[in-house]
Amino acid sequence: MDEVKLINCMRCGMCLPHCPTYRETFLETASPRGRVALIRKVTEGELDQSERLLEYLALCLDCQACASACPCGVNAGELVAEFSCEGKAGQGGLNFMEDLILRKLVPHPDRLETSMAPLRLYQRTGLQKLVRHLGILKMFPKPLARMEGLLPALPARPLRQEISEVTEAIGPERGSIGFFLGCVMSLIFSDASRATIQLLSALGYKVITPKNQVCCGAPNMLGGDLAGLQEAARTNVEIFAGYEVDFIVTDCGGCGAELKKYGHHGAGEAAAEFSARVRDISEVLALHADELALLLQPLALKVTYHDPCHIAHCQGIRREPRQLLKLIPELSYQELEAADACCGSAGTYNIARPEMSDRILQRKLDTIASSGAAVLVTSNPGCLLQLKKGLAEQLPNVRILHLTELLLQSLRAPVALKPS
Amino acid sequence: MDSSLLKELQKIVGTEYALSDRESLAVYGYDSTPELESCPAAVLLPAHGEEVATIVSRCAAAGVSVTVRGSGTNLSGGSISHDGGVVVQTSRMNRIIEIDEENLTATVEPGVITSALHRQVEARGLFYPPDPGSMHISTMGGNVAENSGGLRGLKYGVTADYVMGLETILANGDLLRTGGKVVKDVAGYNLNPLLVSSEGTLGIFTGITVKLIPKPQAKITMLAHFPAMSDAALAVSAIIAAKVIPATLEFLDKVTIKCVEDYAHVGLPLDVDAVLLIEVDGHPVVIAEEAAAVTEICKKHRCSFFQTAKDDGEALKLATARRTALSALARLRPTTILEDATVPRSCIAAMLQVIQEAAKKYDVTIGTFGHAGDGNLHPTCLTDERDPDEIKRAHQAFEVIFDAAIAMGGTITGEHGVGLAKKKYLPRLVGESGVRVMRGIKQAFDPQGILNPGKVI
Ligand SMILES: Cc1cc2nc3c(=O)[nH]c(=O)nc-3n(C[C@H](O)[C@H](O)[C@H](O)COP(=O)(O)OP(=O)(O)OC[C@H]3O[C@@H](n4cnc5c(N)ncnc54)[C@H](O)[C@@H]3O)c2cc1C
Ligand code: SF4
Ligand code: SF4
Repeated sequence: MDEVKLINCMRCGMCLPHCPTYRETFLETASPRGRVALIRKVTEGELDQSERLLEYLALCLDCQACASACPCGVNAGELVAEFSCEGKAGQGGLNFMEDLILRKLVPHPDRLETSMAPLRLYQRTGLQKLVRHLGILKMFPKPLARMEGLLPALPARPLRQEISEVTEAIGPERGSIGFFLGCVMSLIFSDASRATIQLLSALGYKVITPKNQVCCGAPNMLGGDLAGLQEAARTNVEIFAGYEVDFIVTDCGGCGAELKKYGHHGAGEAAAEFSARVRDISEVLALHADELALLLQPLALKVTYHDPCHIAHCQGIRREPRQLLKLIPELSYQELEAADACCGSAGTYNIARPEMSDRILQRKLDTIASSGAAVLVTSNPGCLLQLKKGLAEQLPNVRILHLTELLLQSLRAPVALKPS
Repeated sequence: MDSSLLKELQKIVGTEYALSDRESLAVYGYDSTPELESCPAAVLLPAHGEEVATIVSRCAAAGVSVTVRGSGTNLSGGSISHDGGVVVQTSRMNRIIEIDEENLTATVEPGVITSALHRQVEARGLFYPPDPGSMHISTMGGNVAENSGGLRGLKYGVTADYVMGLETILANGDLLRTGGKVVKDVAGYNLNPLLVSSEGTLGIFTGITVKLIPKPQAKITMLAHFPAMSDAALAVSAIIAAKVIPATLEFLDKVTIKCVEDYAHVGLPLDVDAVLLIEVDGHPVVIAEEAAAVTEICKKHRCSFFQTAKDDGEALKLATARRTALSALARLRPTTILEDATVPRSCIAAMLQVIQEAAKKYDVTIGTFGHAGDGNLHPTCLTDERDPDEIKRAHQAFEVIFDAAIAMGGTITGEHGVGLAKKKYLPRLVGESGVRVMRGIKQAFDPQGILNPGKVI
């Protein structure tokens, strides 16, 4: 742990109103300032790394809203993540389940896909309906039931298995793009990633999706498995080095944030070079806003946008998604109040900390309701999962789409969505 | 802490809101003041005034001290408790009780965040001017207890100018009501101003009624770049001497500009010695004239560039960037020790000179920003708490600055309060009789000395 990063916090409190868990609790232990202080006190030997202390830290969403707000450049969320990661390594590493998931499953897309097969079967056979109807889930441990509740209808097959490695540019080719297909995007939100590829190709890019790419490694970091993350970084850097591409693009905020950090994980020059090329899809599309504007058809819809933490806070991207939405003719854009506040999804947080996650989600749903929007757009699978579930329960008339899905609708159909 | 007292306190606020674990206590021992820390025995988060009253009376009976805390953003150590005392945090008492449009008042609980009140009153075309740099997190209770200023102090004054009524829990748990919604009141001693800026040492506010005014119709925000710092200072005095009273007249020096720009990216100039952020507000016709006058004065004082915000969005960005100045300075070095010396406005240029000389003499880096129009500068020493020698030199430099401020007819603190940090300088400013009267007041309010002991005097 870098001591300077800790003492840089001058305790001004400017981050407090931006921290979702402080907003809910008003507790210093649940604030960025308090979390940095707790870690500092452990490193200085004033406090032990007690169960309770770890519990306080675990309430952090790692949403990094505090980092955006901190004028002195402290990143409390990242410090907590690093500290927990180091703590885990110190305690003898991963337990059996973590090892199984993080080392044996996540890094192997084919195994990951196979493991999802039963779920797919479960949904497709109508068993899901039956189970829900009979309330059988109540008999299962809570986290399992929650996980089930979060799961939207799965695509028939993961996108990775369906698309071809190369999608040619439509019209004259302006360049080529390496597409980083996130695991969750491929497994669950394949329509959105398909839209991403189609938009890029419509703008004249040849899109290459290497089939052997592996998970970005973000789940490893989350689980305190730094070695696993480094391994993932090495593999992906090597794979993409095999292609001549202008950008490496992803439509998953979480992957983008992680890929852009490969260079920091000590993986050498190749990794830094890789990271420098990574772009969120909105960044690349915005480069061609003028041309895109000519291609888009009217969609008379009231739309609002939720900033994923991994896009707004971790990558600093706020302007581009809004700019792109406003390109769609006849679309009425309504800014969401506290648009860049976390939705409570935060990786596995909504399963690990259901109570806090629900409170944070509720705030978000309230702002969506008062925006009056008919469509909520966002661009990260975690947010899509969380908000989809929330909307279904409370605001069934509001549709949720990935940014590229809405853009593709506007590109394709005269009016694909009914005006509200 | 005595476990039976702790149990009683838990009963009052509920166990969820009575913290006594080591970890919680460890993070309630600091505020935004550098170099100071303590460890309270318990932290309580009451839900309303009656709970506060019960807490205070129980603690008084047990002889345990009580330090009230808003968001812990003060800069003088005012919310740092006595070791072994109880901290009462007001955040849960955050209801805006009433906005009275007929009497132009707002009544709030002490934990209401300053900018939350702004939002509510401005939605009704009203205005509560005090806007400290910390307004998105500071509480109204903290603002009243410190008599906080802000960016609009020059034209609109400070918190004290808006406090009309207070509900205060006294050291024995009794409730004292002072003032109210009436605009005139000469019944007995005027206690409101005494309680304002009492830093939690005389009583705990549980209700606050403030005056509102109509929201100004329009505003113009400007930024003037000065290649020479002294010219910026002279321009400040000249603007005021020309009988133009801008709402905001803020100063940022080169070091501050760089740090703020690094964080906020609002296009501040990196090649000048100082900028003035100026805002005039009011009737559109009047402010157009005022803006013209300000422009001319700045140009006369050799400003190299003068820009006017093109819309509210840009104006807001500039003001927001200015609010981050103190924290942004901490980008350069881990420890920032800032001061709050305030001088008559005509002495701003002389004061800046003193600050520069002190920095040079004691070989420390000082970034200066502040409410120039109020004569209130915040020279901020950028240092590292791990270097005791440098810290010592920083304090020596501040000694020189304080003495100069007092000699110019100024004060050691314009808005941050005395707390613990400035306690030793207070006698120098107010003299022996000043200290005696203040002691007498403390004695009258809190004979047992349980409310925020050790602060101010
Ligand atoms: C980045 C930054 C910028 C700042 N800018 C400004 C500025 O422009 N102008 C300015 O004046 N100050 C400024 N401050 C200082 C600080 O924010 C103010 O003093 C503010 O009023 C403190 O509010 P708080 O809620 O954090 O109070 P705290 O720090 O928690 O408490 C301050 C004092 O008030 C007492 N107190 C709190 N609540 C009550 C109550 N209900 N009853 C009685 N006493 C109470 C406490 O005991 C303590 O002595 C700034 C601070 C920071 C960190
Ligand atoms: S993390 Fe940054 S904003 Fe928060 S208290 Fe520390 S210095 Fe201030
Ligand atoms: S990362 Fe999010 S939850 Fe964690 S301290 Fe920062 S703002 Fe709070």
